[in-house]
Amino acid sequence: MERAVHDRGGWSTGSAIDRTEHELADWELLTDALVGALGREGVMNVDELRRGIESMPRDAYERASYYERWLYSLETILTEKGILAPGELDQRVAG
Amino acid sequence: MSEHDHDHPHAPIADGDEPATAARARALAELLIFKGVVRREDVRQMIDWLVSRTAADGARLVARAWVDPEFKQRLLADARAAALELGLDPGPSPVVMAVENTQAVHHMVVCTLCSCYPRALLGPPPDWYKSLPYRSRAVSDPRGVLTEFGVELDGDVELRVLDSTADIRYLVIPLRPPGSEEMTEQLLAALVTRDAMIGVAQPVAPTPASVQ
Amino acid sequence: MRFGVGERVLIAARAHEGHHRTPGYLKGKVGTIEHAHGAFTNPETRAYGTDGLPEQPLYLVGFLQREVWPEYRGRADDRIYADLFEHWLAKAR
Repeated sequence: MERAVHDRGGWSTGSAIDRTEHELADWELLTDALVGALGREGVMNVDELRRGIESMPRDAYERASYYERWLYSLETILTEKGILAPGELDQRVAG
Repeated sequence: MSEHDHDHPHAPIADGDEPATAARARALAELLIFKGVVRREDVRQMIDWLVSRTAADGARLVARAWVDPEFKQRLLADARAAALELGLDPGPSPVVMAVENTQAVHHMVVCTLCSCYPRALLGPPPDWYKSLPYRSRAVSDPRGVLTEFGVELDGDVELRVLDSTADIRYLVIPLRPPGSEEMTEQLLAALVTRDAMIGVAQPVAPTPASVQ
Repeated sequence: MRFGVGERVLIAARAHEGHHRTPGYLKGKVGTIEHAHGAFTNPETRAYGTDGLPEQPLYLVGFLQREVWPEYRGRADDRIYADLFEHWLAKAR
């Protein structure tokens, strides 16, 4: 049975465990806090966040950093809910 | 070496492209606040909470359990309630479960599916806990992982790995180290590391030469 | 709660399109009920914007590592545990 992209138990990567740690960047804290605030408002829950992450194509999932996955999921789920219009965030970033 | 799929609605994800991602996150936050979907004050409060979280709270639970056997039983029965008893914030998970290392059993915690972690009590999880190699091997080769982390279990110790797949958050009560018998609760707490409460380290008491 | 501590259960090996929290490495494996957690909201429905009700029974299930991984390197009594919903479990024969 093929594994979903996030289902990693026993899925060998051939890589050693890199124990380098980094302090969370401001944008990472912000992303985390957005998910918390959206949860508090009842707009999006943590299971939806996970589903959004799990919808990433495999190569994107593997290349993305942890909070890049969260950002991807936020955009996916909020667009799905009609809270973001498709392309709206692109426009905002560009503008 | 990322490939940009221009049909894809998401920003290209590229290693090291932090400024672009940071800008995108900030733009998203401003958009959601502007639309009234979230309040700026709530976002700030969440950030404040996140940065307030450290492993010191978890260490306090462990140190108390080490010196007070009846508290330890309460901690094992309901870690969430035990945290509240000490005035600590157990976090939003409905259930926190403490598991005890003994001479016979060593525990280790992982979330193979994402990154579930008792961060109210331990602070944010380290990058390696969220990494694909740890999520893969903590369940299939935990003794190999422990060796990489410098933990060598005695030959007759059973290893139990807990995969946090649902709403329960797991906290390991590590073994109280030999040589710590005279230490106060406060000093004991300083011996308890985040990694020991994940199960990839064991607390060590300072050697007599290094004690004041 | 349908299962009691100590009961042996078989984890369903069914394909499940969509969000679920039963790890692939445990599907089709047999484990033992270690603890009954009670009932929790169902992530499989909550992930699609519902409230996840009615709550579903959840168990901590333990497995012998040597029965999960053909090439497991460790002790014969090493175990792996996961929290699994009742609707993924059947009484093992």
